[in-house]
Amino acid sequence: MPHPRFPDNRIALGFVLPFIAVYGLLFIYPSLQMVWMSFTDSQLIVPGKWVGLDNYLYLLRDWRFGRATFNTLYFVLLSSIPATAVGLGIGLILVRLRGRLQGLVLALFFLPYVLPVSTVTTIWSWMLDYPAGVLQGPISLVMGRPMHVFLTPSWVLPVVALMTVWWTAGFNVLLFLAGLRSISPELYEAARLDGAGAWTQFRAITWPLIWPVTALVLTIQLILEIKLFDQLYLVSRGGQVDATLVFVQYIYSLGFQKDQGGYASTVAVALFVLVMALSVLQFQALRARGPK
Amino acid sequence: MSEGDAERRFRTLRRLDVGGRALSLLGLVAALIWAFPLYWSIATTMLPPPEAAGGPPLAELEQGLGRYADVLVNTPIGLWYLNSIVTSTGVTAGVLFISATCGYAISQLEFRGRKLLWGMILASFMVPIQALIINHFFLMNQLHLINTWLGVILPQLIAPVAVIVYKQFFDGVPKELREAALLDGAGHWALLWRVFLPVNWGITAALAIIVFIGAWNAFLWPFLAVTEEPLMNISVGITQAQQLFGVGQLAAAILTGLPVAVVYLLFQRRITDAIVVSAGIKG
Repeated sequence: MPHPRFPDNRIALGFVLPFIAVYGLLFIYPSLQMVWMSFTDSQLIVPGKWVGLDNYLYLLRDWRFGRATFNTLYFVLLSSIPATAVGLGIGLILVRLRGRLQGLVLALFFLPYVLPVSTVTTIWSWMLDYPAGVLQGPISLVMGRPMHVFLTPSWVLPVVALMTVWWTAGFNVLLFLAGLRSISPELYEAARLDGAGAWTQFRAITWPLIWPVTALVLTIQLILEIKLFDQLYLVSRGGQVDATLVFVQYIYSLGFQKDQGGYASTVAVALFVLVMALSVLQFQALRARGPK
Repeated sequence: MSEGDAERRFRTLRRLDVGGRALSLLGLVAALIWAFPLYWSIATTMLPPPEAAGGPPLAELEQGLGRYADVLVNTPIGLWYLNSIVTSTGVTAGVLFISATCGYAISQLEFRGRKLLWGMILASFMVPIQALIINHFFLMNQLHLINTWLGVILPQLIAPVAVIVYKQFFDGVPKELREAALLDGAGHWALLWRVFLPVNWGITAALAIIVFIGAWNAFLWPFLAVTEEPLMNISVGITQAQQLFGVGQLAAAILTGLPVAVVYLLFQRRITDAIVVSAGIKG
């Protein structure tokens, strides 16, 4: 006898079971285990004993965690704002171009985004190679001499941010282009007939209508860049890792190099909470300022 | 329309056209600057070093291709390609299967816990999977899946966005199609495979392409899950191998990116549309 409000209970089980099994085994269970492990002194693959809040108390006075927090936020700032600005700028140009040319420009901006991170870092490491890489020319022009870019701690995060912007901005261009295309051309037509200049049109029409997309792109960027690991790891192997430590790298190094699975989980919980909090905050900001 | 109005309009249009040309130029220049690293890396692998330049073009081309052949022959890159193809295909098939069935249930069936499941999927959209590396490794180790294809595939199956996209597309399938098929005595499985998936074939293809590219490009998990060189994915292998040096590194990096670049260039429209849809902006 089918349930009156849920007539499909039985058949639905078969449909949702594969997803729930995968999700339960590979997402819910590891997440709960992460929280549990964060209260233990486990090694990477050997469960440990309960140590209560010790890991969390240590987290608060761990200078490496402090540095990882600072570096991660610094990197997020260095990468997400330029990547969003490039996306908007190129999107504004692209939306006015036609046919083939629009396709070509979009494709050239988007192509880096589909490449694997190891391809991207290899190309940039070669371009920045000391002392003869092709980008050492401009660097010498500014600094007066070639630089060991990835061995100079203060250069690492900005340069990784630069290559990340190059790698990912195409994605933002695409989202902005979609947003800009959905603005009715009649609005601009009417504004022009009223004698509005380009800047007035941008401020009165484009910006208010594109703001929700901007907020979305910034959110996506923020959440993406806070998880920085791959690019930084690949260019800074052999360098002074502590100086440019970021969250995921710290989790990796604690778990896989120092065999401290328990404390690594504590740092992972902190990252989890931070990303969730930022998501909620951003979502609220988006809702508050979006529709006027 | 008065004469003055018409003239002003004409002038505006003409000025716009000049602006249009300048913009076209600006866009093109920006795009060429953006493409420079790609051009430069291919040129570096294909052209002889400056001191040896000036030979016959055919011989130079042969030398350039020789550098690629060198990488293909002298490194396990063939195996790495195979590992990447198998694991990326596995991730794609797995994600599409669990997402299509679950998306169908949430969109078309009334069952207990539907709202809860949907809420959890929406909430997990933003969760940083990277935070779970320790526990994924722990689990895969318990299951003896470290250094296996399955161990690389499983943790990459968490892709709630694919369920969200399927649910939205299934919501848009006309009710009449569903009613007609159910009256004909078709069950829900038949309905999914014969009606809902074929009607949304485009989105399945698009999701397949972007999930595949994502899996091909994944670094962190495949890097952790495999420690033996012959079992590595290509994106990991080229960063670990000792056999790669000199310009061979760059050639290997290009060989790694080539398949996804070609797939992108072939299916540009589908890929960009799918990305816009899954980011939540209807184009």
